[in-house]
Amino acid sequence: MDGARAFFPPGQLLRKGYTVNDLETCERVETLTEGTVVKESSSGRTRNNGAHSQGDFIFRGVTFLLAASIILILILMGWEMVRESLPAIRKFGWRFISGREWDAVQGEFAALPYIYGSVVSSILAILLATPLSIGTALFVTEIAPSRLGNMVAALVELLAAIPSVIYGLWGVLVMAPWLQQTVQPFLINKFGFLPFFQGAPYGVSMLAAVFILVIMIVPIITSITKEVLLAVPGSQKEAAYALGATRWEMMRVALLPYARSGILGAVILGLGRAIGETMAVTMVIGNTPQISLSLLSPAYTMPSVIANEFAETTSKLHSSALMEIGLILLVITLLINVMARLLIWSVTRGRTGGHA
Amino acid sequence: MQTKVQLDNLNVHFGKTHAVKGVSLEFPANSVTAIIGPSGCGKSTVLRSLNRMHDLVPAARVTGRILLDNDDIYERGVDPVGIRRRIGMVFQKPNPFPAMSIHDNVLAGYKLLGRLNRTTADEIVESSLKRVALWDEVKDRLKTNAMELSGGQQQRLCIARTIAVQPEVILMDEPCSALDPIATLKIEELIDELKEQYTVIIVTHNMQQAARVSDYTAFFYMGEMVECGTTKMIFTTPEQRQTEDYITGRFG
Repeated sequence: MDGARAFFPPGQLLRKGYTVNDLETCERVETLTEGTVVKESSSGRTRNNGAHSQGDFIFRGVTFLLAASIILILILMGWEMVRESLPAIRKFGWRFISGREWDAVQGEFAALPYIYGSVVSSILAILLATPLSIGTALFVTEIAPSRLGNMVAALVELLAAIPSVIYGLWGVLVMAPWLQQTVQPFLINKFGFLPFFQGAPYGVSMLAAVFILVIMIVPIITSITKEVLLAVPGSQKEAAYALGATRWEMMRVALLPYARSGILGAVILGLGRAIGETMAVTMVIGNTPQISLSLLSPAYTMPSVIANEFAETTSKLHSSALMEIGLILLVITLLINVMARLLIWSVTRGRTGGHA
Repeated sequence: MQTKVQLDNLNVHFGKTHAVKGVSLEFPANSVTAIIGPSGCGKSTVLRSLNRMHDLVPAARVTGRILLDNDDIYERGVDPVGIRRRIGMVFQKPNPFPAMSIHDNVLAGYKLLGRLNRTTADEIVESSLKRVALWDEVKDRLKTNAMELSGGQQQRLCIARTIAVQPEVILMDEPCSALDPIATLKIEELIDELKEQYTVIIVTHNMQQAARVSDYTAFFYMGEMVECGTTKMIFTTPEQRQTEDYITGRFG
């Protein structure tokens, strides 16, 4: 850049309308000899340059098709789901969302217990998993000696690779009995006066689902948070240290505020995973469509009912009802994503530094 | 003239690299001392050992003594956090906290000191920003994000943030290298004013800048201090051949 400026005074016409001032908007300039291409910055301007522009045209077409196909698939899927759900939507209307009856024999279908089960288990899981994950990520990146940190990080990422059915199996064979014999009796004993810990200890329960979800989403949130924290420039940390910050103060003043939008993104991703998780939750939640404040009682989630019943639907209306549950799940997931975007946008608004 | 900071046989190693070799040097109080030298000569390394920034790098090892008012800051039991509150630092690239407003950036370090009520907070913001000649430019938008300022304004904000904690010494690591000439001029004027109250130590690879702002100059080459003295002496009648070659632009 400096070299180019030294040879050519600003504004002078170099070739085909490039001026030195134009070059300043380029990220990188290849040697300025005849027939070479001036690399453009991401400003999106195009220039014709013989054979190269044809390749560009084809490449642009291919990428456009690829991108369009994704959108097309999404639209088709949404369309199909709406079409398949129509019988249930026509029959039950809003009652489908507010009602509690799910009776395949009588042909009565309503989804509230499933929506409740999904939303409550996911939100509780995210509330428990978020501090755990941020703490782990801070330990791995800032506190632990690098070798120990790397080891812990690798182990955490290993957890993310375990198939969910294995979590479910462990949950139902190991965790549920432990909950039933140890944890739940203790909770009933000490906190039984609260509505959240009432009833008999079944083992399989909302509590079991929350725990299994926490174990499953902590690795995801942790590893993304870790990457986000590692991406915080050293100059930010040094700025805090140079002001006389302790290690914890450095994290509070420099590290976490800088990384907050990224951490928020990680949490939302975890929430998305939690709300869509099917296998492990189905195995430990007890699959009882009821709405109970008590975390000890069994519950049911939207993905679980779809997985459990789709193969043995008794009527067109039944499968349509399952499809409508799928549609609601999709809408909730989309809503979470939109909310996440708005949230991230609102915390990053007005600053040009940092990153998403 | 009273000595504020004194290096006594300072050595810094990074793993097997011997970056600073046996440097002894005195920094007089209420004056500006410039450290000059070609890239990789160890000048930034010396500066960063003055506020124990090397403590953050596991591979770094500092030996020798650094006396701040005759007390060794590397002595066993000395808290680096306390040292950094007495010796502030301004970095090469402006690094305001992007998640904070201008107002909060100035107070970022001060808040760490503990209790703070609204009125003193506003007073400190105003006096610190006035000190760096930024007050008139930002007084109507203190609540806006610090990243909306220009690079030069950001650097002055960082200096305001540093002096808000009332340090005794201010270290500056090439504070103008990311700035345009006008912003540079403003920072240089500011450095001249800062020495009334603080001891300023500035690392620069810009020799004109060293000549303009400093009272004393030390020339470093290959990890060793070649020569030090008053800026006038170094730039007009240096004793060492290497110093003369460097300031006349024959190498480096």
